[in-house]
Amino acid sequence: MRQLLWLLGATAVLAAINVVLPRAVNPYIIQIIVLCGINIILAVSLNLINGFTGQFSIGHAGFMAIGGYGSAMFTLYVGVGWVSVFTAAHVPVPVAQGVALLAALIVGGLLSALAGYLVGLPSLRLRGDYLAIVTLGFGEIIRVLILNVDAVGGARGLPGIPGWANFFWVGLGVTAVILVSRHLAMSTHGRALFAIRDDEIAAEALGVDTTSYKVLAFVMGSFFAGVAGGLFAHFLSYLNPNSFTFIKSIEVIAMVVLGGMGSISGSVMAAIVLTLLPEVLRPVKEYRMVLYSLMLIVLMITRPGGLLGSREISLSGLLRRFRPARERA
Amino acid sequence: MAEFLQQLINGITQGSVYALIALGYTMVYGILRLINFAHGDVYMLGAFFGLFIARLTRAQADPNPLKAAAVLLFAMIGCGLVGFVIERFAYKPVRKSSRLAALITAIGVSLLLENGGMLLFGADPKFFPQFIPARQFALGMGVTISNQQLIILVVSISLMLGLRFIVLHTRAGKAMRAVSYSHTAAALMGISVDRIITFTFVLGSMLAAAAGVLVALQNPKIEPYMGIMPGLKAFVAAVLGGIGNIPGAVLGGLVMGIAEVMVVGYLSPTWRDAIAFVLLILILLVRPSGLLGQPPAEKV
Repeated sequence: MRQLLWLLGATAVLAAINVVLPRAVNPYIIQIIVLCGINIILAVSLNLINGFTGQFSIGHAGFMAIGGYGSAMFTLYVGVGWVSVFTAAHVPVPVAQGVALLAALIVGGLLSALAGYLVGLPSLRLRGDYLAIVTLGFGEIIRVLILNVDAVGGARGLPGIPGWANFFWVGLGVTAVILVSRHLAMSTHGRALFAIRDDEIAAEALGVDTTSYKVLAFVMGSFFAGVAGGLFAHFLSYLNPNSFTFIKSIEVIAMVVLGGMGSISGSVMAAIVLTLLPEVLRPVKEYRMVLYSLMLIVLMITRPGGLLGSREISLSGLLRRFRPARERA
Repeated sequence: MAEFLQQLINGITQGSVYALIALGYTMVYGILRLINFAHGDVYMLGAFFGLFIARLTRAQADPNPLKAAAVLLFAMIGCGLVGFVIERFAYKPVRKSSRLAALITAIGVSLLLENGGMLLFGADPKFFPQFIPARQFALGMGVTISNQQLIILVVSISLMLGLRFIVLHTRAGKAMRAVSYSHTAAALMGISVDRIITFTFVLGSMLAAAAGVLVALQNPKIEPYMGIMPGLKAFVAAVLGGIGNIPGAVLGGLVMGIAEVMVVGYLSPTWRDAIAFVLLILILLVRPSGLLGQPPAEKV
């Protein structure tokens, strides 16, 4: 019940901001905010795999690509038809588009989750670095596949996707992925994941079905990566296989590690920092990427556990800190 | 048949370059359990160092074998220094932290080398001076081999034999093998682990530099991002052969090179980047520890 209220409240707030935002700031800032949101979804979903379960996946861009292309194709072949049917039946346009977008995102997410299942089931039996290498290979194979399939535009990219995603939808996606991860972390299943991360052999000895839990985390992570891909597609209205290279996967990993493995709020913060950093560094032009990489190295050397470590920032925690000492005692 | 043999020769040449790069990955992984993502960029730097020395010695206007050797040698020394600096200032400080922190640092170094390269060398491709004019030798049955391919084969095979000698028959090599077995035990036996790790990095970087110069001889277009794909593929080759295993890296590199050339020759050039990874996934599913790797013992 409380969660439902939270969700409704968040929806209302997001909708209100969505109305005000275009009048308050210019499109460039909105684009950065939305990209921040998409990166948050990616980072938090990868955190489920890398941070919670301790499995090392470096193919997140591949899952994002599947979700992006899957949902874009769904919209182009089905969703657009739905919208015209709905508007003919006098459903308000934003609602009609919202329903179609939601369906497309779910389709993209499910396709990506299916891919995660197919990749994960055989490879999660491998230990440690081998999973990393398989996911790396998977991400590259997906990209080459897209490059070679003419029906999705190949190397030219896929233009003409309706730009239905906006601040509201991305915000909703962020809320969903954070709520799901938080609940997972508090649940029995989450504890099982942590046990696998801390000591896989001990977890197995205590009766945790390690393979199926690892697959569960992997499938959930891929689902949200697919949703992020769908939002990305419907926000930019254009997809290109070059958006989903190995470098993109690396960016997401950097967010998770920088935020502190396993910390949801850390992933959120690092996603924002690493999205803003290249933008803030724009004035120094050609030195931008050099500074970015230098900062990454220096941050890892000075704070190897990530910005937050495995701690979480929460509203109640902050309130407790600011409450007078007398009351606390 | 003639075409197949020709492809095989091209594949082996390509594969021996992958093998040279893969050796660096596998040695560093064997000792530190670190995937050194910056290794492909060291290979790129090797090609650029070669370019500068070739320009400095005006090797194109007045080519002779001595200058060619100097280009190779100084590129290797330059990259050895780069490897030393990277290890000392980026990897050493995070060695005690988690392996992921080390990995992200490696990725940071890789980005730094690529973008620093962009800044220093410019984004437009540079042309590596062709100081060894291409000549074809007929081997019979319509199969030919170019002198450049011969040089690649001869140089890479002699470097591999040299590495084999260092690892198996010198004190430093013995120490390397000891450190890769156990850091603590090696330290207790009086081996300076830090020094051996540095030595490994320098050795690997020198091999990558040689690969960079050799590739530039054949494909003279060099640019700062040229190391990404060969780096990834060489890493895959190292895993294919069993990561941490030196003969495995050579075998993996050859398999990879031959498979890639065959795909380009008989299927379609657009699939050449995918074959490496398809091959990798297939082999990992059947033999998770690679072609020559030993499955790790599981301690409870």
